[in-house]
Amino acid sequence: MYRYDSYDQSIVDTRVEEFRDQTQRRLAGQLTEDQFKPLRLMNGLYLQLHAYMLRVAIPYGTLSGKQMRKLGEIAAKYDKGYGHFTTRQNLQYNWIKLADAPEILAELATVEMHAIQTSGNCIRNISSDQYAGVAADEVADPRPWAELLRQWSTFHPEFTYLPRKFKIAVIASEEDRSAMKLHDIGLKLVKRDGQIGAEVYAGGGMGRTPMVAPQISDFVPEDEIISYLEACLRVYNRYGRRDNKYKARIKILVHELGVDEYKRQVEEEFAHMRILGLNPPTEELNRIRPFFANPAYEQGLSDDLDRSDPAFALWADRQVAAHKQPGYAIVNISLKPRGGIPGDASAEQIELAAELAENYSFDELRVTHAQNLVLPHVKKADLYTIWQKLDAAGLAEANLDLITDIIACPGLDYCSLANARSIPLAQKLSERFASIEQQKDLGELKVKISGCINACGHHHAGHIGVLGVDRKGVENFQLSLGGSGAEDAAVGQITGPGFSEDGVVDAIEKVTDLYLAQREEGERFLDTYRRLGMKPFKEAIYG
Amino acid sequence: MKILTGNDLGTGDVIWWAGDGWSRQLADSVDVGDKGEELAGAEEAALRVVAPYVIDATVTDEGVRPAHIKDRIRALGPTVRPDLTLKPNDADAGNWVI
Repeated sequence: MYRYDSYDQSIVDTRVEEFRDQTQRRLAGQLTEDQFKPLRLMNGLYLQLHAYMLRVAIPYGTLSGKQMRKLGEIAAKYDKGYGHFTTRQNLQYNWIKLADAPEILAELATVEMHAIQTSGNCIRNISSDQYAGVAADEVADPRPWAELLRQWSTFHPEFTYLPRKFKIAVIASEEDRSAMKLHDIGLKLVKRDGQIGAEVYAGGGMGRTPMVAPQISDFVPEDEIISYLEACLRVYNRYGRRDNKYKARIKILVHELGVDEYKRQVEEEFAHMRILGLNPPTEELNRIRPFFANPAYEQGLSDDLDRSDPAFALWADRQVAAHKQPGYAIVNISLKPRGGIPGDASAEQIELAAELAENYSFDELRVTHAQNLVLPHVKKADLYTIWQKLDAAGLAEANLDLITDIIACPGLDYCSLANARSIPLAQKLSERFASIEQQKDLGELKVKISGCINACGHHHAGHIGVLGVDRKGVENFQLSLGGSGAEDAAVGQITGPGFSEDGVVDAIEKVTDLYLAQREEGERFLDTYRRLGMKPFKEAIYG
Repeated sequence: MKILTGNDLGTGDVIWWAGDGWSRQLADSVDVGDKGEELAGAEEAALRVVAPYVIDATVTDEGVRPAHIKDRIRALGPTVRPDLTLKPNDADAGNWVI
């Protein structure tokens, strides 16, 4: 894992003290809310329905045990004993007191964490593949690039006041586990003629105008990626709309200019930047890379697994993924217990995850955009012990990528932007489809729920997506089908008129019933939907 | 009726204008008539509230009821965590917001 150098630590510590002073001045009446609001937002502090909410950055979703433990301690000490893992691989605390916020940031700084750029019209936390460094199919570890981008984008003076927020994802596998094409810019590391470079995708996103990012370059050599991104951002910063926040994201610019024209302008800017030689020195990437070297794996370990305990076998079959190193496995920890709140974890569960990381996963954890956790380096011989500990803590649900592995934003239970509650719907679906046999029969089926058009719950990318809307003061839910955040990225299509909360649960069951009746051998739900189209599903739902 | 709400500056708690100060209980709300905006400005300037706003509400058999579900959720707490609402012993308290 990357460790801060003195410069990293210094800028974070300085920011903490700056915010401490700003908070004191606010509480003393020396700053109005209008003056203070942009300052607190720059430090990830929002005002939500019930309290202040602090969003903590988890760079590319990677945490050490010590960092995870600190998150749990803060949840217990300053919040109400839990935290919420988000679709941006971050963590949110829902019950923060303003006076405590600087001290929380100070505590985070002691473990090389912060909340900088988790809000505002700047480059947000870089997201990446939760299997980075351990996936067998990656061409390179994307984390050094994600870290380089983190450093490049932190306090970037030119990109602090962009037309709108800006999200970047970096992956390095054919399988996209990061919804890369639904980011403002997506980078996919590839190898060509033995050289590493990146495919670049620009103008993706969800929100009220969902778009899958088109490719704007099929290969940018690795030593020019930063300059190329700088060129992408410059064109956006110059021409992105600032007159209408709903049309201010880069996707609108790319769409309105056309991909070819946007690309031409980027190439023109890029040519200029090449002359200036603004790429970071190769030495910096070389300095970063060793932080992400393989841990000291034991050699010659067996891949055998004792599957005599059926409950363990059920969990292992679902939650354990293949690791590149023989004898090791990737463990996915579900934060979607039956009837639970997607992404929520208690302080005790967070502490347990930290302990498991330290004792069984070379001190590493990952947070996924699907609001789950990952132990990336687990000896297969330790899997049974880990499962027992997870089970005792209510963390052994075996539902990865199944219908109850639901993404849901906080919705109207917490969020001041929301129009409808997402979590109760997720809970009802979790109960309706609680049978694990039924879930396994349905197979991979990604349900994603957003409580408003901002789409934090990624509903556009759900195989089944649900959008909560406000219909004359009453919650109403629009259903969409056929979305995907994976390598076959697609935006779901709305089925028709919306439903009540119970009505949308029934409608989803009609959709899954039709899938079960119509699927062909080996087809996932998404495959069947794509083969059949919307019509039969619509007929099943609306009669 | 018109009632005035906002969040406590220091704690962020949801608060309601009770006539002579702020209360965490919706039931203490009073009708502010056409004085809401003026009150909001004065109270915000005095650092007793952040982001105040006036809402419509009605008086029902169960007491004051904000017109919009968002404010009913603010009044109660998150419906998915009854233990964190103002009615922690009522598992069905969330039904009130609907």
